[in-house]
Amino acid sequence: MNSSILDQIPRLPVSEWMSDIITWLTQNLSWFFGAIRDGGAWLMDGITDLLLFIPPVLFILLLVALAFFAGRKKFGLPVFTLLGLLYIHNQGLWEPLMYTITLVLVASLLSILIGVPVGIWMAKSRTANWIITPILDFMQTMPAFVYLIPAVAFFGIGMVPGVFSAVIFALPPTVRFTNLGIRQVPDEMIEASESFGSTGSQRLFKVELPLAKPTIMAGINQTVLLALSMVVIASMIGAPGLGERVINALQRAQVGPGFVAGFALVVLAIILDRVLQGFNKSDN
Amino acid sequence: MLTTKVEIQNLTKIFGKKERQALELVKKGHSKEDILEKTGATVGVNKASFKVEQGEIFVIMGLSGSGKSTLVRMLNRLIEPTEGNILIDGDDIAKMDKEQLRKVRREKVSMVFQNFGLFPHRTILENTEYGLEVQGVDKAERQEKAERALDNAGLLPYKDQRPNQLSGGMQQRVGLARALANDPEILLMDEAFSALDPLIRRDMQDELLEMQDTMHKTIIFITHDLNESLRIGDRIAIMKDGEVVQVGTGEEILTNPANEYVERFVEDVDRSKVLTAENIMERPQTLRIKQSGPRVAMQRMKADNLSSMLVVDKDHVLKGYVTDEDILEAVKQDKKDLQEIVRTDIPKVHKETLIHELYDVIHNSQTPVAIVDGEDKLLGIVVRGLVLGALVKDREEEPVDEQ
Repeated sequence: MNSSILDQIPRLPVSEWMSDIITWLTQNLSWFFGAIRDGGAWLMDGITDLLLFIPPVLFILLLVALAFFAGRKKFGLPVFTLLGLLYIHNQGLWEPLMYTITLVLVASLLSILIGVPVGIWMAKSRTANWIITPILDFMQTMPAFVYLIPAVAFFGIGMVPGVFSAVIFALPPTVRFTNLGIRQVPDEMIEASESFGSTGSQRLFKVELPLAKPTIMAGINQTVLLALSMVVIASMIGAPGLGERVINALQRAQVGPGFVAGFALVVLAIILDRVLQGFNKSDN
Repeated sequence: MLTTKVEIQNLTKIFGKKERQALELVKKGHSKEDILEKTGATVGVNKASFKVEQGEIFVIMGLSGSGKSTLVRMLNRLIEPTEGNILIDGDDIAKMDKEQLRKVRREKVSMVFQNFGLFPHRTILENTEYGLEVQGVDKAERQEKAERALDNAGLLPYKDQRPNQLSGGMQQRVGLARALANDPEILLMDEAFSALDPLIRRDMQDELLEMQDTMHKTIIFITHDLNESLRIGDRIAIMKDGEVVQVGTGEEILTNPANEYVERFVEDVDRSKVLTAENIMERPQTLRIKQSGPRVAMQRMKADNLSSMLVVDKDHVLKGYVTDEDILEAVKQDKKDLQEIVRTDIPKVHKETLIHELYDVIHNSQTPVAIVDGEDKLLGIVVRGLVLGALVKDREEEPVDEQ
């Protein structure tokens, strides 16, 4: 019988291998992870302190002004921003909001810093494209919770493992869209640039990146929203912020507080999305 | 004195995987279809060779898929040649390293594109500056040069606009100004006017010719339009299936097509725009003014059943014409000299006058039109029937040539 033949094959110890790899990394590179953890925690605490130092009234006004310019000077988005932030402050969620903003900010910036160069590399090198594409698929399809485990192993609990897992989860769109954007630059633009004797970097910075910018920005927009969603999940490993409130409510089956914190996240997501889209559009 | 500016020798481009194998077949003279069938590789350009002289407009003409765009892109190596040499001022572009090639692209050869190739994120001025910018020319100098190039094209008022705010014709003027801003010696124009509507295209052709009168660049112009080639080309190369099938002046190609393909290509051309008076004129019956008197004239007119004859001097310079009535009168009055009765109101045109310009002259004239050269020497005559005949001439007939 088929099943008996298949049963003859011994189980591959994949989970043991993975555990061994993580254990080995943790033990041998602890100085490295430790440095990142300490540096990262110090940096992010600093950012949060700075954000909390700004008076909420001033902070709200700044964001409303940003929304006003991003929304091409129409009033819908600024009004929504004003009411949304007032609501969050009114519900006593101002401090968690600042933590969440810090996490999203840092995770997004790291994703962009890593993602854009990797995307450029993929656009330029067929080999890189061939190797990195399946890795991106892996990163996006692996359930996000799974990243939490090595994150804890490497960095313990807190903001740093939260950012680590958020970057893994949020990175792929920026990489993919950068790759796509550069590949979509019309041949005639490339030929025109080449025909005047551009070097590779002149072509990249003067022609390809500017033309790919709208596409790259769409990817970054996705990355920011994915980072936000992952920051919430990362609350399970002790990342502070609005997600922490949601998890607490979930564990205690408290519908009211859960909704209040959840709605605050929705407000933040909408503001981030519309402001980023607005700036992308007004640039073109 | 003509000097060769660009020369290509056995230039070949093969697209596809089995490049070497296909190249062997190309060398053995196999056809494009044959090679595609055997190797799966496409022959883009097949052993093309020609020379382009300094300061001429050299047109490469062919239908789509004939390899003309591939050929022009090999001249600045936007497409890498599979084999062959590209000599610009005697230096082989095909063998240059990246640095040398960049220098040639920056300083010697500029390109104008079919869909203009303007950068949408840059203003007109920034587009025009591009070539100088990548060379590292400082901002003040490159702006000045770019503004001068735009001014020459009459586009300076638009310098701060974006390409998509301009019409097609204006965009291509920017494309041309951009190519000229770094003062190249050679201009490659790939179907540069093909995306424009016919009237604008005519204007652009005129502008190009006008500019060329003062610039004397070496221009290699790609087109699929025969009328365009004939209008602007000093010489024309016709391509088919990657091969250069004929190189010559428009005149040579029209009157003496190298093969059936060229003949088919040129058959629908409006002949009135390319044939000159010289092509259709007939050998006239002439009288020499000193040697012949009225009696000789009468005798010859009677013999050939003519009502008038042209009169020339011993150097064949046109003096006028005589009519049968005048001759009869002169004989009656016993005059000895033709000089007394020669009429001079005969229209004469230069031998290079195009046929369509002959229409008006011949329509208003009772006499045939005399065709003369630059020194007023009589070469032939054209009568109304000849003009019409040339226009309806069937392609099966021998080319018109009365010399």
